[in-house]
Amino acid sequence: MSKVEKDELSGVDTTGHDWDGIKELDNPMPRWWLWTFYATIIWSIGYWVVYPAWPLVSDYTKGVFGYSSRAELHEELASVEEGRASITTELVNADLADVKNNPQLYQFALSGGRSNYAVNCSQCHGSGAQGAPGFPNLNDDDWLWGGSVDAIYQTIKYGIRSDHDETRTGEMPAFLRDEILEKDQVSDVAEYVLSLSQEGRDPEAVTRGAEVYANECASCHGENARGNPEFGAPNLTDAIWFYGGDKQTIVNTIANGRANVMPAWDDRLDESVIRQISLYVHSLGGGK
Amino acid sequence: MFSHKIIEKNSILMLVLTLIVVSIGGLIEIVPLFYLESTIEKVKGVRPYSPLELAGRNIYIREGCYNCHSQMIRPLRDEAERYGHYSLAAESMYDHPFQWGSKRTGPDLARVGGRYSDEWHVTHMRNPQSVVPESVMPAYSFLEKTELRVPDITADLVAHRMMGVPYSDEMIENAKADLKAQVDPDADNVDGLLARYPKAQVRDFDGNPKLLSELDALIAYLQMLGTLVDFTSYEPEQNNR
Amino acid sequence: MNLLWIAFSIIGAIVGLLLSAKAVDQGMMIHGMTFAIASVIAAYALISQHYNSRPAVVDQSGGPDYNLAIVKYGVIASMFWGVVGFLVGVVIAFQLSFPVLNLDLPWTTFGRLRPLHTSAVIFAFGGNVLLATSFHVVQRTCRTRLAGTFSPWFVFWGYQLFIVLAASGYVLGITQGKEYAEPEWYVDIWLTLVWVVYLMVFLATLWKRQEKHIYVANWFYLAFIITVAMLHVVNALAIPVSLTGVKSYSLFAGVQSALTQWWYGHNAVGFFLTAGFLGIMYYFIPKRVNRPVYSYRLSIIHFWALIFLYIWAGPHHLHYTALPDWSQTLGMTFSIMLWMPSWGGMINGLMTLSGAWDKLRTDPVVRFLVTSVAFYGMSTFEGPLMSIKEVNALSHYTDWTIGHVHSGALGWVAYISFGALYFLAPVVWKRKSLYSDKLVSWHFWISTIGILLYITAMWVSGIMQGLMWRAYDAFGFLEYSFSETVEAMHPFYVIRALGGVLFLIGSLIMVYNLWRTAKGDVRSEEKDELILNPEVAVAR
Ligand code: HEC
Ligand code: HEC
Ligand code: HEC
Ligand code: HEM
Ligand code: HEM
Ligand SMILES: [Ca+2]
Ligand SMILES: [Ca+2]
Ligand SMILES: [Cu+2]
Repeated sequence: MSKVEKDELSGVDTTGHDWDGIKELDNPMPRWWLWTFYATIIWSIGYWVVYPAWPLVSDYTKGVFGYSSRAELHEELASVEEGRASITTELVNADLADVKNNPQLYQFALSGGRSNYAVNCSQCHGSGAQGAPGFPNLNDDDWLWGGSVDAIYQTIKYGIRSDHDETRTGEMPAFLRDEILEKDQVSDVAEYVLSLSQEGRDPEAVTRGAEVYANECASCHGENARGNPEFGAPNLTDAIWFYGGDKQTIVNTIANGRANVMPAWDDRLDESVIRQISLYVHSLGGGK
Repeated sequence: MFSHKIIEKNSILMLVLTLIVVSIGGLIEIVPLFYLESTIEKVKGVRPYSPLELAGRNIYIREGCYNCHSQMIRPLRDEAERYGHYSLAAESMYDHPFQWGSKRTGPDLARVGGRYSDEWHVTHMRNPQSVVPESVMPAYSFLEKTELRVPDITADLVAHRMMGVPYSDEMIENAKADLKAQVDPDADNVDGLLARYPKAQVRDFDGNPKLLSELDALIAYLQMLGTLVDFTSYEPEQNNR
Repeated sequence: MNLLWIAFSIIGAIVGLLLSAKAVDQGMMIHGMTFAIASVIAAYALISQHYNSRPAVVDQSGGPDYNLAIVKYGVIASMFWGVVGFLVGVVIAFQLSFPVLNLDLPWTTFGRLRPLHTSAVIFAFGGNVLLATSFHVVQRTCRTRLAGTFSPWFVFWGYQLFIVLAASGYVLGITQGKEYAEPEWYVDIWLTLVWVVYLMVFLATLWKRQEKHIYVANWFYLAFIITVAMLHVVNALAIPVSLTGVKSYSLFAGVQSALTQWWYGHNAVGFFLTAGFLGIMYYFIPKRVNRPVYSYRLSIIHFWALIFLYIWAGPHHLHYTALPDWSQTLGMTFSIMLWMPSWGGMINGLMTLSGAWDKLRTDPVVRFLVTSVAFYGMSTFEGPLMSIKEVNALSHYTDWTIGHVHSGALGWVAYISFGALYFLAPVVWKRKSLYSDKLVSWHFWISTIGILLYITAMWVSGIMQGLMWRAYDAFGFLEYSFSETVEAMHPFYVIRALGGVLFLIGSLIMVYNLWRTAKGDVRSEEKDELILNPEVAVAR
C-alpha cells in the first residue's frame, strides 16, 4: 500500500500516502519558522512573569511589575492634573470678566473651552456653534439669558430648565393649548411678531396682533419686544430665531409653548472646565 | 516513540483529542470569571433595570444599536476625558447579554444618561442630521409613532430572576404597573416605583404624553445609562485588577 | 429510514403550525409558519421520492459512486448567498456614506442590515462553501461515497432553513444582540440539530473510508465541525421568555457574557473562517497544481498548535475593557504565539507550489487560491499585531478592525472559496473545463482592485479615526469632537463602497461563468486554451 517514493522535482521523499491523487512530502519544518515560534513562546512566558496573567484558586498571578491598566490611567490623569494645577487654580479664583487681561490664562482657557465645547456641547449647538432648530446659535451676539461671561457661566453651570436646583427657569406659555387665546388671535399676534423684523405683513392682522401682544406678551418679551434675559424671553425684533422664523413655527410656539432644556454641567464638569467653556462661548458671540 | 499515525488512523481518537485540546483554553479563561471575587467590583448603586428601561434596552438590541455604539469606556486618558469614568464590570452585571460593542461608528453610550435632554433625543432619533449635520446615524422616526408592546413584561423579569438578577417578588408583582407608571408622574405607584428602582427617572420622555411609545422606553433606557454607580464611594485602588 | 424522515417532517409541520398559532408575537407567527411550510415541502419531496424511487445508477467507471449531487447544490447555494451577502455589504457601505439610504424604515436601517451582511457572508456563503467542499473532499480523500442517503440532504436543506430564519429574523428585528450569534433561541436549537447530523455524516464517512490514514484536510474539517458545535452550544445558552415567543435572554451577563461571546466570536474566526478553510486549502491547492503537499510534519505541528492556541485568544477583543487584566494578558500572549502556527498553514499552502509556480501565470484559478493564502498570511500577521495591547488601544473600535476583517474575509475566505468553486463546477457538472478562463481572470483583477480599495481605505480611515480620537492640542486638551471624526471618514467610506461594488461585480462575473459552465458551454474564442480541470481530466 503506502510506498515511500521520491518526488522528482524536489528530490524529497513523500510519506507514501495518496489521497485522491494528493501526496505529501516529508520536508522538515522550516528552521526560521520553528525558532520564531519558540521565540514567541519564550516572550509570552516572560510577559506572564511581569504582568498579571494566570488565574488561580482564589486569586490570580499579579506579575512582578504590579501593573494594572486602571492604576496606569489614574497615574496619568493625576500627572495631567498636577501639570495644570497652578493655572487651573488661578482660573478658578479669577474674576471671569478679568481673565481677558491675562493673556496666558486667557489663551489656556480658550483652548480648554474650545476642546470641551467640541466634546460636550457641539452635539446640540453644532460644531461651529451655529445651533440647530430648538438649540440656540452661540455665535451671534443675541442671547436669551444674557451675554456677559457671568451670565453664560450661570447658564452652563446650572442649565436651563434642567434638573439642577439652581437652574434657570421661565417658559413660553402655551396660549392656545391652555385656552388663553383663540386661534385667530394666535395667528394675529404671530403676524405682529413677524412684522417686527419683516416688511409686508398683513396690516390689519398686525394691528389686531399688536393689541394681543401688549396684553399677553409684553410682560415677558418687553414693550418693545426686545426680550428679557431674566425669563430667557428672546428678542423678537431681530430676525434671529432659534425655533425657526416661518409663520407656522411661530404659531406653533405661541400655541403650544416652548420649554427646551439645556443640561446643567455642575455635576459633570470641573469648575475650571466650566469656566473655560464660559470664556470660550463668550468669545464666540463677540462678547457683550 | 509516539507516532501521530495512531491518531491519523482513528477518527474517534482524533475527535476526542481535538475536543480535549480545544476545551482547555476556554475552561481556564472563562471559569475563573465566575468564581474570582475580584472580577466584579463592589460598588453601590447598581440595580436591575426598571421594566420600562428593560423594554427600552430590548429596543436598543432589536435595532442593533450595538453595531455602531459601544458601551464600554476604556481606562485610557482620551476616553476618560471624552466620555467619563471608565466602565466597571459591575455596571453591566445584570446585562443579559452584555452590549459593550466592538465598533464606534457612533460615540460610546456607556454614560450618555443625563448628558442630553429628552427633546434632544427625540429630535435626534427622528432625524439625527437635523441636530448633528455630520452624523451618519439612521433616522428612527418610526419609534415615536409605534406603541410600546411587550407581550408580558412579568415574564421578562421572571426570566431574569431565573438567571440570578435580584428582582424581588414585589418587583415582579408590580412589573406591569411600573412599566406604565414610569412615563406618568401622576400615577399612583410612582413612589413605589422609585423605592423599587432608586434613581429611576419618571416622566413622559418622547414629548407625547398620550402615547407610551417605543421611543419613551428607548429614551428612558438611554437616560439611565451610566448613572447608577455612586462614584463618591468607589475605591479605585481596591478595584485595580 | 425513509419513513422515519417523513415522520420527522410531519412532526415538524405540526410544531411549526402550533408555534405559529399560539405565537405571542408577530415574529414567532411568521417563523412558525415558515418552519411549517418548509416541513411540508420536505414531507412532499420525501413521499414522492418514496414512490418514484429508482435503483441507484452505479458509476460505470467502477470507482466509488460519489455523491456529487449534494456538492452541486452546495456550489449553487454558495454562489447565491455569496452574491446576496456582498450586495448587502455594498448597501451598508453606502449607508455609512449616505445615511439617507437607511430609508427611515424599520427593516432597512444599518443596525438591522449589518448582521444580515455578516451572517450572509460568513454563515450562508462561507457555510455553504464549507458544506460543499467538506462533502466533496471527505468522499474523495476517503475513497468512499458520502455516508447516509437522506441525512446529507437534511444537513443541506436544514442549513438553508437556518439561514432563512436567521436572515428574515434580523430584518424583522429578531436578534439576541451578540455579534455573529444573533439568531434567537429557537433558530439556535435548529442549527444545533442540523450540526449534529452534519458531524454524524462526516464521521460516518470517515468510518467507512478506504484509505488507512485520514487526510490533513479532514483533520481541519473535523476540528471545525466539532469545535463550532461546542462554541455554538455554550454561547447560545439562553432562557426564552416564552416558548411561543421569539425573545430570550442570554444565560450569561456582563463580563462573563462578554468573554463567552468573544471566546465564541474569535473562534468563529479560528474554526469557521480558518480551520474549515484550511481544510479547503489542503485539498484544492495540491489538487489544482498537481503537486504534493510541502511538509507532512509541519501540518501535524501547525494543526495541533493552531487549534490549541486559537481558543485562548478571545480576550484580544476585550482589551482595556472591564475584563480583568490577567485575562487580557492571556489573550494577548496567546495571540502572539498563534502567529507561527497560522503561518504554518500559509507555508504549507505556498510551498506546495514549488516546482509549479508557472501555474500562477497560466491558470487564473490557481491565482485565486494562491492569493488567498497570501492574504491569509497577511491577516494572521496583522491579527497578532493588533492583539498587542498598545496597538489595540488605537485600533479597537475603529475601521482598522474592519480593514483587518475584510483582508481576511475578502482576501482569504472569499478568494479560496472562489478558487474551490471554480474547481468544483466542472467536476459536479461533469464538464471538461470552465466556460471561460478569461472571465476568471477578469474576476480576479476586478475583485483584487476592489479589495485593495476596501482595505487601504479602512486602514487609513481607521488609523486616522484612532489618532483623531486621542489627538491633543498644545495645552493638552482633546483636539476633535466626535462628529469631526465622523466627517473626516466620509471620503474613505465612499472609496470602500466603490471597492465593494467592484468585488460584487467580480462575483457576478463568476456566477455567469459558472452558469455557462453548468450549461456545458465553452467560450469559442478560448476553446483551445482552456485549462482542463485535472479532476475531470483524470476521471476521463
Ligand atoms: C441637550 C442639548 C444641549 C447641550 C448638550 C448643551 N446645550 Fe446649551 N442649550 C441648549 C438649549 C435647548 C438651550 C436653550 C434653552 C432655552 O430654550 O432657553 C441652550 C442654551 C445655551 C446657552 C444660552 C444661550 C443664550 O442665548 O442665552 C448657552 C450659553 C449654552 N447653551 C451653552 C452651552 C454649553 C457651553 C454647553 C456645553 C457645556 C451646552 N450649552 C450644552 C441645549 C444644550
Ligand atoms: C411667561 C413669559 C412669556 C410670555 C408671557 C410670552 N413669552 Fe414668548 N417666550 C418666552 C420664553 C422664555 C421663550 C424662550 C423659550 C425657550 O427658551 O425655549 C419664548 C419664546 C418665544 C418665541 C420664539 C423665539 C424664537 O427665537 O424662536 C416667540 C416667537 C415668542 N416667544 C412669542 C411670544 C408671543 C407672541 C407671546 C404672547 C402671545 C409670548 N411670546 C408670551 C416667554 C414668554
Ligand atoms: C450607522 C451607525 C449608527 C447606528 C445604527 C446608530 N447610531 Fe447612534 N450615532 C451614530 C453616530 C455617527 C453618532 C454621532 C453623531 C450624532 O450624534 O448623531 C451617533 C450618536 C448617537 C447618540 C448621541 C451620543 C453622544 O454622546 O453624542 C445617541 C444617544 C445615539 N446615537 C443612540 C443610538 C441608538 C439608541 C441607536 C439605535 C436605535 C443608534 N444610535 C444607532 C451612529 C449610529
Ligand atoms: C462586497 C463585499 C463586501 C462589502 C462591501 C462589505 C462591507 C461591509 C461593511 C460596510 C461592514 C460594516 C463595517 C462597519 O460597521 O463599519 C462590514 C462588516 C463586516 N463584514 Fe463585510 N463586506 C463585504 C464582504 C464581506 C465578506 C466576503 C465577509 C466574510 C467572509 C465579510 C465579513 C464582515 C464581517 C465579519 C463584518 C463585521 C466586522 C466587525 O464587526 O468588526 N464581509 N462589511
Ligand atoms: C493569528 C490570527 C489572528 C489574530 C491574532 C487576530 C486578531 C484580531 C484582533 C486583535 C482583532 C481586533 C479585536 C478588536 O479590537 O475588537 C480581530 C478582529 C477580527 N478578526 Fe482577526 N485575527 C487573526 C486572524 C483573522 C483571520 C484569518 C480572519 C478571517 C476572516 C479574522 C477575522 C476577524 C474578524 C471578523 C474580526 C472582527 C471581530 C469583531 O469585532 O466583530 N481574523 N482579530
Ligand atoms: Ca465588530
Ligand atoms: Ca409618550
Ligand atoms: Cu479574534
